[in-house]
Amino acid sequence: MVQEAINGGAEKSQLAITVEQLIAVNPYNPDILPDLENYVNEQVSSQTYNLDANLCLLRLYQFEPERMSTPIVARILVKALMAMPAPDYSLCLFLIPERVQIEEQFKTLNVLSHFLETARFRQFWDEAAKSRHIVEAVSGFEQAIRAYAVHVLSITYQKVPRTILAEAINIEGVSLDKFLEHQASNNGWVIEKGQGKGQLITLPPTEFNHPELKKNTADGVPLEHITRIFPILG
Amino acid sequence: MAAPYEYEEGGYPQQTDAVGYDPNFVPDSVKSFVVHLYRHIREKNVYEIHQMYETSFQTLSERMFKETPGLLLMPLRLTLIMTMSSACFTVRCGSVTCMLDFLLLLDSGLIRGIIIAAFSRFLISVVLHGVVNMQLPNQWLWDMVDEFVYQFQAFCQYRAKMKSKTVEEIALLRQFDQAWNVYGVLNFLQALVEKSTIIQILEREKEGLEEFTATDGYDYSGGSNVLKVLGYFSMIGLLRVHCLLGDYHTGLKCLRPIDITQQGVYTSVIGSHITTIYHYGFANLMLRRYVEAIHEFNKILLYIYKTKQYHQKSPQYEQILKKNEQMYALLAIALSLCPQVKLVEETVNSQLREKYGEKMARMLRYDEEASALYDELFSYACPKFITPSAPSFEEPLVNYNQDAYRLQLKMFLYEVKQQQLLAGVRTYLKVYSTISMGKLANYMDLDEPNLRAVLMTYKHKTHAVDSDGKIISNADVDFYIDEDMVRVVESKSAKKYGDYFLRQIVKLEGIMTDIDRIKLE
Repeated sequence: MVQEAINGGAEKSQLAITVEQLIAVNPYNPDILPDLENYVNEQVSSQTYNLDANLCLLRLYQFEPERMSTPIVARILVKALMAMPAPDYSLCLFLIPERVQIEEQFKTLNVLSHFLETARFRQFWDEAAKSRHIVEAVSGFEQAIRAYAVHVLSITYQKVPRTILAEAINIEGVSLDKFLEHQASNNGWVIEKGQGKGQLITLPPTEFNHPELKKNTADGVPLEHITRIFPILG
Repeated sequence: MAAPYEYEEGGYPQQTDAVGYDPNFVPDSVKSFVVHLYRHIREKNVYEIHQMYETSFQTLSERMFKETPGLLLMPLRLTLIMTMSSACFTVRCGSVTCMLDFLLLLDSGLIRGIIIAAFSRFLISVVLHGVVNMQLPNQWLWDMVDEFVYQFQAFCQYRAKMKSKTVEEIALLRQFDQAWNVYGVLNFLQALVEKSTIIQILEREKEGLEEFTATDGYDYSGGSNVLKVLGYFSMIGLLRVHCLLGDYHTGLKCLRPIDITQQGVYTSVIGSHITTIYHYGFANLMLRRYVEAIHEFNKILLYIYKTKQYHQKSPQYEQILKKNEQMYALLAIALSLCPQVKLVEETVNSQLREKYGEKMARMLRYDEEASALYDELFSYACPKFITPSAPSFEEPLVNYNQDAYRLQLKMFLYEVKQQQLLAGVRTYLKVYSTISMGKLANYMDLDEPNLRAVLMTYKHKTHAVDSDGKIISNADVDFYIDEDMVRVVESKSAKKYGDYFLRQIVKLEGIMTDIDRIKLE
């Protein structure tokens, strides 16, 4: 979901179109490696994301380890973290040899990933603050992680205390007021006064924090399954 | 899934002594076999070809082996697949002897790798560039793709064991450094998929414009099934190669044109059916889509349980049993991480309890021993991962054949570790319908911030992202937090009747059509 939100906004660049064509024509072609590397850099600066292209590049590195560029790998991993809750980060790590993963910058990224995977947001933001040089190189990093934190909160909570939200998204005070205001007018958040414990935020209902909403989808039969018996019905 | 090779663990057999064998001599029985096979191929008699392929060749090989010990030390099936593939083409050129040269050369492990590379080039030239006008049994076509991928995997394993290589072997490896090049393998499979236009055929079939699945891929209007079905099986080959490389996302993407919720050509050959589901399930397990993995393992294990008796005489029987056991181990892992036992059919469940019941109980504990069990089951049941890059010939020579496996294992155990407190939460959630955060924290011996993290981890880990980017719940026990209270929701098993009815409607229609055809005297 986060991915779509990021991709949806901008128009596709010429490079993006070219690379997608290259992959479509021949995904197992060592000659497209430089294009894929350029494309990673473009994703970093233009806040776009293409997992397939990045996996394709990691695969080429796997086939020819001597061509691997660790700065590019690090950028791919930061982008993959930003795609959470999707498992992209592990998908990338599965393709990166252990001897590369023990480099310092990758160790840091692994720690960050661990905190996100185990919903330890306070520790995550503390650690991220210590490693600014890695994460700040990629624009939109904080927003993307916030989107993930909000995702985890909203599948867990119907109503979440303000302090807990503040900790998870690492925003406080006036900035948080603004953030809440924005969410209230755009995403249907409701902010109310809790029982003496400060504000309480009602998150929009989903089938995950309101399990009773789930039923409807499970009972349905997809149209394409019905189409199979059209000839019989007709 | 290939035939049961004795050398599966040990790599390639050593060169055997074939002195005393005249390569130009072709026994009459072999001649007559090839002539008959050729006739059946020319007449497009798929049934007879299948018989000769599955049964007669085996009998012939065994007899030949008795007559000339030391000749057919190669796995019979491999010889069969390759010689017959070449035979059916070479016979047309009138040369039978070349196929026996093949046999001799095959006795040497390394040369075999090179020969098979040549064989694949041969296949490329014949299938992709030539006009093939044959109908071959699906079993045979599947074996070609399966054997191709298996040989690639075995070669990578062999090459990665550099320490034990002789000077000659290393010289050969250097000389043929492009043998089984990973780009070549992937491009070969990809080329088969593309040239066969199988993806478009399956699309057209959905719209009712073309028949493929209904005829099991055979072409009854005078054409050939070879390229189409090879292309189809190559998608499964790609899934497997990508799994061997640890690229689960891309593997699943390659398989997407095949709808595995339905029967299809992949189910027409037991080997292809098992290979597909094994790798599909494994990839989903690694992507944390546990319910999907459990679902498919359950279906195939039930199928094997019901049908394995019919395969007892098949050369692949042992391999079927082995994959069966491995998939039970994978199911045990999936169910330990995601205890959705309701999804598992009773027969499968009782088999599972028998094999892994005790281990599964210990795996829930999440201590050192539990971790060792996850390690054991994973190592037993995972694919034989490969490192595709060429070795370094610099001294000192190192073995790197375990690197890929160790990486995947480490990543998997790391995931297990992240989930280690979830079983505890689950236990409490099952006995309460509402519980305050404070009380639950107390029971679990955690402070509230840590409990919150555990609860959110539970939610995150039980809510996977599917291939369309949608969030899907794998939770057996679900809950939500309302300010300070945890409210538990027992997930109801949503039985899908829709699919069942649809299938029955199609079946009934088939029966009605059959009845209509019956003419009463």
